[in-house]
Amino acid sequence: MRAAGAIGKVAALSLAGLLTMAAVSNDPAERLADPAKEARARALFREVRCLECQNESIDESEAAIADDLRHVVRQQVKAGRSDADIKRYLLDRYGEFVLMRPSFSLGNAALWLTPFVLVLGGGAILILRSRRPPATPPLSAEESAALAALEAPHIAPSAHDGHGSAA
Amino acid sequence: MIAELGAFALLLAFVLSIVQAGASAAGRLRHDASLRGTGEGAAVAAFLAAATAFFALMYAFVTSDFSVSNVANNSHTDKPLLYKIAGVWGSHEGSMLLWNLALTGFGAAVALGGRNLPRTLKPLVLASQGTLGALFLGYAAFASNPFLRLPHPPAEGASLNPILQDPFLAIHPPFLYAGYVGFSVVFSFAIAALIEGRVDAAWARWVRPWTLAAWSLLTVGIMLGSFWAYYELGWGGWWFWDPVENASFMPWLAGTALLHSAIVTEKRGAMPGWSVFLALTAFTFSMLGAFLVRSGVLTSVHAFAVDPTRGILLLSILGVATGSGFALFAWRAPGLKAGGLFSPVSREGSLVLNNLLLAGALATVALGTLYPLIRQALSAEAISVGAPFFNLTFVPLMVLLMVAVPFGPLLAWKRGDLAGAARRLVVAAGAAALCGVVWFAVVQPGKVFTAFAVVMGVWLIVGALSELAVRTRFGAVPLAEALRRLGHLPRGAWGMTLAHVGLGVFVLGASVETSGRVEAAEALAIGQSVKVGAYTLTLDGVSPVQGPNYAADRATISVVGPNGPAHTMSPERRYYPANHQQTSQVAIDAKGPSDLYIVLGEQREGPKPSWLIRAYWNPWARLIFAGPLLMALGGLVSLSDGRLRIAAGARSKAKAAAAGATA
Repeated sequence: MRAAGAIGKVAALSLAGLLTMAAVSNDPAERLADPAKEARARALFREVRCLECQNESIDESEAAIADDLRHVVRQQVKAGRSDADIKRYLLDRYGEFVLMRPSFSLGNAALWLTPFVLVLGGGAILILRSRRPPATPPLSAEESAALAALEAPHIAPSAHDGHGSAA
Repeated sequence: MIAELGAFALLLAFVLSIVQAGASAAGRLRHDASLRGTGEGAAVAAFLAAATAFFALMYAFVTSDFSVSNVANNSHTDKPLLYKIAGVWGSHEGSMLLWNLALTGFGAAVALGGRNLPRTLKPLVLASQGTLGALFLGYAAFASNPFLRLPHPPAEGASLNPILQDPFLAIHPPFLYAGYVGFSVVFSFAIAALIEGRVDAAWARWVRPWTLAAWSLLTVGIMLGSFWAYYELGWGGWWFWDPVENASFMPWLAGTALLHSAIVTEKRGAMPGWSVFLALTAFTFSMLGAFLVRSGVLTSVHAFAVDPTRGILLLSILGVATGSGFALFAWRAPGLKAGGLFSPVSREGSLVLNNLLLAGALATVALGTLYPLIRQALSAEAISVGAPFFNLTFVPLMVLLMVAVPFGPLLAWKRGDLAGAARRLVVAAGAAALCGVVWFAVVQPGKVFTAFAVVMGVWLIVGALSELAVRTRFGAVPLAEALRRLGHLPRGAWGMTLAHVGLGVFVLGASVETSGRVEAAEALAIGQSVKVGAYTLTLDGVSPVQGPNYAADRATISVVGPNGPAHTMSPERRYYPANHQQTSQVAIDAKGPSDLYIVLGEQREGPKPSWLIRAYWNPWARLIFAGPLLMALGGLVSLSDGRLRIAAGARSKAKAAAAGATA
């Protein structure tokens, strides 16, 4: 199934005119002279989406649009703008789609919170249930006898050794 | 002629699947052995028919029969034989045929191999499997037929995308699909158990080998895809949280949860409803993956298969199969008898925690994959969910899980001794802490996250080995006795140890590679050098070479490193005229577990001609792929455990149960 992703990537590559120019994120001709600024730009690349690609950041993509965006980001880093400013600039121009990390907004609350609610809520329910006394009726005489037999030493346990519900 | 035979065989497989479903269900209802036999025979025959169709398509590809539309669109006479064969599953139609081959194959395996299954359960499993077969074979025969002829066959085919012409990618889909579809058997077992109203230890024991087989195949399939991305896409990335990857990862997570919950159901009779739920969920995510990838819904712009009819049909199949499965669950699950009380600190408790965290992780991946689609449908706002999201959500959940993993096997059933387990893990904790401190102080100073990941990896590996030491009473008894005990451990124990060690190995590889990767990119003229990590690379020359279906420039780069003699590496830049596409053939040299990785870029104009050379030092990269291989190996070792093939005692119990149910 990865093949489909590969084809998506290739579609983006050929659209970008791969044959004439394959631009990559670490192209020496594009690099900023200051290594610290270049490192900042590269970190930002990983947060910005190549708009025409299938889920690729501009750090990964060889598409022309990714090259343009990398140029924009590098110029702004060079001009001394902060990461937040650059992201805001991209956001205003291209919308939320351009950022690989969805914003912590009301519209994305379900996205960010569901997994943790599920784990915490599920865990809480399980712990409460395990503390609650088992909701089974008291043992019948027959069951008490079976239990006594089970608890007696040196007697092999029989198959029905559990009662009530758990999990 | 062969293509017509294939088309006929495909249709025949569809009809036989209906017969399989109908006869098996009727055989169960009427307690009729001959109807049950008919169902089993139809299951085997459906597989033979699907195999005939599959090999007919393969024949068309191997002989380059371009009168078949699918071959004309995906093959080329110049292609090497391996990629002609791989072309069979390179397209939508062909991959659905592969899916159906696996689906009927698993059905036939149940029919032939399930001799120990109760007389009531087996026909229901086959009826469910036959229904799934009828749905997917019907789709293949009527909406995605790979045997359609062209009225005017072209003289030459359009060929397969060159980046897919790769030995690992050629074998990746068969593993992946066998894994996906292996969960169909588990799904059918769940349906059968719900109809019978009985989920017990015996059921869990029948389900476990199928889950192990599907899970191991899927693990290998995902690993192969990841390895392919690593060396083919040209910069060493191996996981992108791409929806297509997530599509294969979701059934894997569900299957992993099921492997663990089935243990509780098998050993203690507890959590029967949850195990059944996971059994339904695993195949639901397999089908969801097929729908997501094959319908083109994920990519509105560059859709792989832009064909809404097919998308809607696949969605309908998904809806019918999972809708009826979960409706049956809602109806029957409350009546399932649960057994085995346990305290929170116990083996069962640890496996519940495992399932809780894996379910949370599954929800994360599912939401990350589907939420952009949902949000776009509701509010027409497009958002992207990429790696930064998963690093903040999926990773913390997995960290919690990894902290807990070594404890689980050391806790007793029913009521465990947490302090006792912790005492037995002192060595593991000490080793992990020591490695973490050394990493933070010496190896990669100041890298907190990597040091923490190293702690986790060592904790998992030494923790898993500690459990072996406890089991063999290593240190408490003479060495010879400990070794004797080691030799007598059940295969299932070895399987678990291998899988947990594999997880640790993967964590080490993934984190060290990601944080320690060193890259260099320079335009080099002949004779110039660039340094990457501890290696100096000198471009000695670039010369043209001719491949079977491509022309390439091949660079000769001499590599001088700290240890070992100087040697040369030869990355290539290939041009495939049939597709008018350029690809890059990376040169990779393994240095222990690490990789030196060189890419030849394009030629740059200048006073002297130069070539863009990109080089990467990927420390411990091999562990990323060795870890999943160890996990899959663990699955196979577990699968070979004789205890999973029902022991004599259990068999007589199963017979008694069957007799009781029939009476």
